[in-house]
Order: sequence, then structure tokens, then C-alpha cells
Amino acid sequence: MKVSAKAAIKASVLGLASLGLMTSTAMADLTGDLRIISDMSNPAPRAVMEGLAEDFGALHPDLNVELEIVDREAWKTQIRNALSANPPDVVNWYAANRMLPFVNAGLFMDISDWWDAGDFDGLGAVKGAMTIDDRQWGVPYTYYQWGVYYREDIFNELGLSEPATFEEEIANCQVILDSGRKCYTIGTKFLWTAGGWFDYLNMRTNGFEHHMQLARGELSWTEDPGIRQTFENWRTLIDMGAFIDDHQSYSWQEALPFFTDGEATAYLMGNFAVAAMRDSGLGDDQIDFYQFPLIDASKPQSEDAPTDTFHVASGAQNVEAAREFLKFVTSADVQTRINSGTGLGQLPINANASVDNDEFLNQGFEMLTTNAQGGVAQFFDRDFPAEMASVGMEGLQEFMVFPDNLEDILQRMESARGRVYN
Amino acid sequence: MATLHATVETSVASAKKRSWYKRNEIAATPWLFLIPGILVFAVYVIFPIFQSVWISFHEWDGLGEKTWVGMANYERLLTDDQKFEVSFWNNIRWLFLYLLAIPAGLFIALFLNQTVRGIRIYKSMFFFPFVLSQVVVGLVFSWFYLPREGLLNAILAFFGMEPVNILGDPDLATYGIIAAGLWPQTAYCMILYLTGLNAVDPEQIEAGRLDGAKGWKMLWYVVLPQLKPATFIAFVVTIIGALRSFDLISVMTNGGPFGSTRVLSFYMFEESLSEFGFRMGYGASIAVVLFFIMLFFITYFLWSMWRDEKRAR
Repeated sequence: MKVSAKAAIKASVLGLASLGLMTSTAMADLTGDLRIISDMSNPAPRAVMEGLAEDFGALHPDLNVELEIVDREAWKTQIRNALSANPPDVVNWYAANRMLPFVNAGLFMDISDWWDAGDFDGLGAVKGAMTIDDRQWGVPYTYYQWGVYYREDIFNELGLSEPATFEEEIANCQVILDSGRKCYTIGTKFLWTAGGWFDYLNMRTNGFEHHMQLARGELSWTEDPGIRQTFENWRTLIDMGAFIDDHQSYSWQEALPFFTDGEATAYLMGNFAVAAMRDSGLGDDQIDFYQFPLIDASKPQSEDAPTDTFHVASGAQNVEAAREFLKFVTSADVQTRINSGTGLGQLPINANASVDNDEFLNQGFEMLTTNAQGGVAQFFDRDFPAEMASVGMEGLQEFMVFPDNLEDILQRMESARGRVYN
Repeated sequence: MATLHATVETSVASAKKRSWYKRNEIAATPWLFLIPGILVFAVYVIFPIFQSVWISFHEWDGLGEKTWVGMANYERLLTDDQKFEVSFWNNIRWLFLYLLAIPAGLFIALFLNQTVRGIRIYKSMFFFPFVLSQVVVGLVFSWFYLPREGLLNAILAFFGMEPVNILGDPDLATYGIIAAGLWPQTAYCMILYLTGLNAVDPEQIEAGRLDGAKGWKMLWYVVLPQLKPATFIAFVVTIIGALRSFDLISVMTNGGPFGSTRVLSFYMFEESLSEFGFRMGYGASIAVVLFFIMLFFITYFLWSMWRDEKRAR
């Protein structure tokens, strides 16, 4: 109540101010307030978001852009309150199944018309991730590739090359183990890292369509032979001792020193890990990247590429301005700028944008545009419904520590499936 | 007769002149003072309890419409939910092992209850962990337990023992967290006993000594009975502390590894308010179960307090 009163006063004051401006400027297209709540709270993304709000405000001098930045983790629970009481115009969120609760509750605005009207040219490739029930509920603004980051210097020292198949991967791993190192570092304390391994192993073993059917709850965890094969492949690596010990006690950041100290040679991670690797003193000649190797050659490669998004709240006050803002954020030159190495350091979602000249971004872009014919998934905890994801990731962590418990784990996941999807 | 009538009339008249408040001052004033407290208690405690019970009969994601499911949440909770079972048994472990803080606190208090130079410094050092936030205690202990760099494993290695990863082992993790919780809780019990020991009657100690009591017998038959009020409070805060154990679990293991350190309060939070939660109905039904477990203890404490007070009268 207090807030809206304040906003009303502010709006009327601004109304007066803009009335004064109206006489001097001709470009008085958008007026009023545009309220944005963003979760880009880490230092670099925060600067990007503040820059976006500033630039958009400069383009539309009569518009008052109010930006509020919320802690990224806190936003995951706060968004519910923010959208239901006195909703802002534009908010940040994530693509795919993560949108579902808000779409179902009617809190995100259906913006299919804007997509159809051609507002978002060059975004065709990512439209699927924004679609639920054949309607679009937002726009993406950035995404990043996942893949195997490895210690180039150690690979050279051992005379290894980037593996293309699972057999080569295993052969490489044996050499690495024989040299007294571990093949992969991982920290599963917060579970999702294990989800990444499952995504890749399952997509490579059974293909993209199988993986998505699993995410939609159409396959049985206990009955489907493909899933057993995936765990079988995973177990091969676990039994070799490929993963670092005690990974259940580390976060992904706490697992990184194993990589920087050379005790483990590879890390299956998202591209955001590169910044942390560089910060810990590794040069670009020491780190390199390869696409997760093929397991079944008949299954075209598919990749995890989590996408972050903007949405318009269905209770938005200034829909016109919100629409312009989404158009602005997704336009090719803004995309090029905000995803550059000095900004987010990720991949632009507009096909007409250019990728910053960065070793890893280039490889990732190349991989996602030419070598992901299978399809692009979001990530385990975004593709699977929330409850399934939490039960599932807990089971995956347990499997990595006690692979013998597989039967029990699959039973639990199956019983969660019976409950979640009905 | 006539005079009597007249006096009654005047007293009625004067009563009419006095305001309602003046007439009922003795009865009304306590209630007036209680009203703010009662209101706050009703709005923030009583009403939410009934609200939780109401929500627990529904399926609700916190956003859309509630769907009535009757007892379905409880059925699932009590018949086939491994997570609930694990959480419940962990709660029982907490309840019993956390009580170790009481004897530990007592012995430290007895040890510190002497007049030596600088005893206040020692007392405050023993009290120190209670001043720390639970989050800090959790962090310190999780570093202490770290599988490779941790102090614990350094000590074990010094004695030539195998390293252990306490927080990574589903069989040990809960005990590891309880040990961390005992550290501040022992300090709390110690302070309670230290104040209690101040009130111990020296004459009774003298009398006991004349009758030849010393050592354990003195402690058991003379000192402990006089510490009964302190023991009672120590029990209350420790049991409630054990049932509320949340921060340590959240900081040290986040419920893991694979959910083996969950307790009811953590599970309730996870189901209803965490990132993958928002199953409000199910979360509420866990809350209701936890509420009844707590109610059992609270009723017992209230009853024994009431009994003691009655006896004292």
C-alpha cells in the first residue's frame, strides 16, 4: 500500500516533469515508469544490468526506469511475492520448466503476439526454450555452453589429445589415473553438478528425445533399459576412480582447487567456471575445452546450454515500455555488447549478434551452432519439474558415492515420478 | 428502614456517577495490559497454527488455487515417505544426544565454581561459543571436519589413523552436526548451572559435611537437589533447541549427503520454501507433525511447572 502510494506520487511528479520535457524533445514515445526487478547481482552482471537500464533510459528520456537488483539466490524464492503483490513490469528468470509455476498461475504475461509480430528477429533458435503450451512467455538474454574444461598443459605432458568417443575418454582417463591424478573434479554438495553429468551421459547414451521424454515423465526410471545403460556407463568411470574422493563435501567452487593444483585434470562445467579458473591463476595456455565425447555414434550430439531470461509480469503497469525493453535487450548490437568478455562473458542469443573474441566463447558458439544437432537442453534442474529434480539430483549424488545403491535410488525416483507428473 | 433505603439509593446513584472502568478497575486492568501481548500472540502464533493445519489438508504451490486433498498429505507422510522417516529418526538422535549438554554443562560449571585469580576470564571463555551465531559455529566445525585440510584429520593423521570424512558419510554426518551443536549448548547449560550454584545454601553444605558426605554423594544428595530449577530450565532449552536444529544442518551439510542429515524442521523448510519446494500443503503437514511432537514436551513442562508451583503454595 505504502509503496504504491509512493509510486503514485513519484509518477505524478514525473508526469509533471515529462510535461515540461515534452515541449523540448520530440522523441517522447514512452512515458511513465518502467519497473524492473533483476537477479543479476554478481558484480559483472550487475554492471551490465545497470548499464542496460541507463542506456534504455537515455533512449527514452521521458521514461523513468526504476531498477531494483535482488540477490540471485534470494530471488529464486522472492519472485513469488514480487509477482503477486504490486508486480513490477519486467523480471528476470530462467527458461523451460522453471517458468511453469508462474505460467500456470498466470503471473507471466503471454507475449506470443510480440514474437509473432517479429519483435524478436534472430531469436528463432531459442524460441523453444521460451515456449509452454505453444505460447511464448518471455525472452532470453544470455546463455552459456557446458562441456569438459581440461588442463591443456597436463594433457600435453601425458601426450593426450581431446577425446571424441567414450572409449578414448576412458583410455585417456586411465593414463591420467596412472600418473597419480584424478580425471575429473566435481563438488556435489549442492547436488546440481551431478545433474550435469547425468544430462550428458544420458543424452549421449540415449539421445536428446529420450532425455526429454524422461524429463516429461514419459519413461520409467526402473523399467527403461536406456537409463540402466546410462548408469552403467557412469559406473565405468566411478569404478575406475575417475572422480575425486569426498566430492559430496564440496561446493563446485571448493572442488576447483583440485583442478588448479593439477590433482584432477578435467571439469565438466558451465562456461562460468572459466572466470574462476582464470582468477585462480591459470593461463589460457593451461586450460582448454572439448565437447563431451560421443557414446553412441548414432545419436547426434545435444548440449546443455542454460538460458537466462526476461519476462513481463501479467500485472505490469507499463506494458508498452516493457515490450520496448525486451526488444532492446534482445537486439543484435545490445546482445553483442552485453555478452562480451567485459560484460557477462557468455553467448548472445541473437543469431545476428557477434561473439566476443574469447577462446572459450568461440568454441562454445561453434559447438552450439554447428555441432548440437540433437538439440539444446536447459539443464537437469530446469528441464525436470522441481520436485523430480530435487529427488533426482539427491539420487544422482548418492549413486556417485554408493553406486551399489542404484536399485534403491531408481525405485525412489520412480515413486517420485508417479507423484510429480499427474 | 427508611434510612437503609436511602443509603442504598445514594450508593446506586454514586455508582452510576462512576465510570464503567472505575467500577471494574481491579478486574479490567490486567486484561488491558495483556491485550497487546495477546493480540500479537494470537496474530503471529495462534492464528498461523490453525492456518498451517488448514493448509496441510490441501495441495498448494503457494501461488494458485488450493486443492482440497483431505488426509492425503498425512497418509503419504506416515506411510511411504523415506525422507520423513530419516528426518524423524534424526530428530530422535538429536533429542537424546543433545541432552549430553546438561551433564557436560554441569561439570564445567562445578569445575569453574571456585575462587581463583582470573576465574571470570575462564568463565567467559567457556561461555564464548554460546555468543557465536549458529552459522559461525557450523562453518567453523565444517572446516574442522574437512576431509583433507581439516584439523580433525590432521590430528587423526598425527596418531597414525585413517582420515574420515564425517560430513560426507551418511552414517556419521548427523553425529558430526550434533557434536557441533553441543559446543554452544554446553556453554548455555554451564551458565544456567553457574547461576544455580550461587544459590546453593552453604549451611546445607556444611551440614552435609558434618554428616560425612563428600564427593559424589555430596553432589548427588546435597547439591543437585538444590540445582533442580536450573536443571529444569536446562532441560527445556535443550529439548526445544534439539527440535529446532536447523541452522547448523543448513550450513554444514544442507541436509546431505543424499538427505541423511535432514530433520523435520529442515525437511519442512525444504518442501515448502526452498528453491525446489513450494509444496505448501505437504510442508504444512510436516509442520503439524512437528508441532504435536513439540506440544508433547511443552505440555509436560508446563504441567510439571504448574505442579511445582502448587506444591510451593
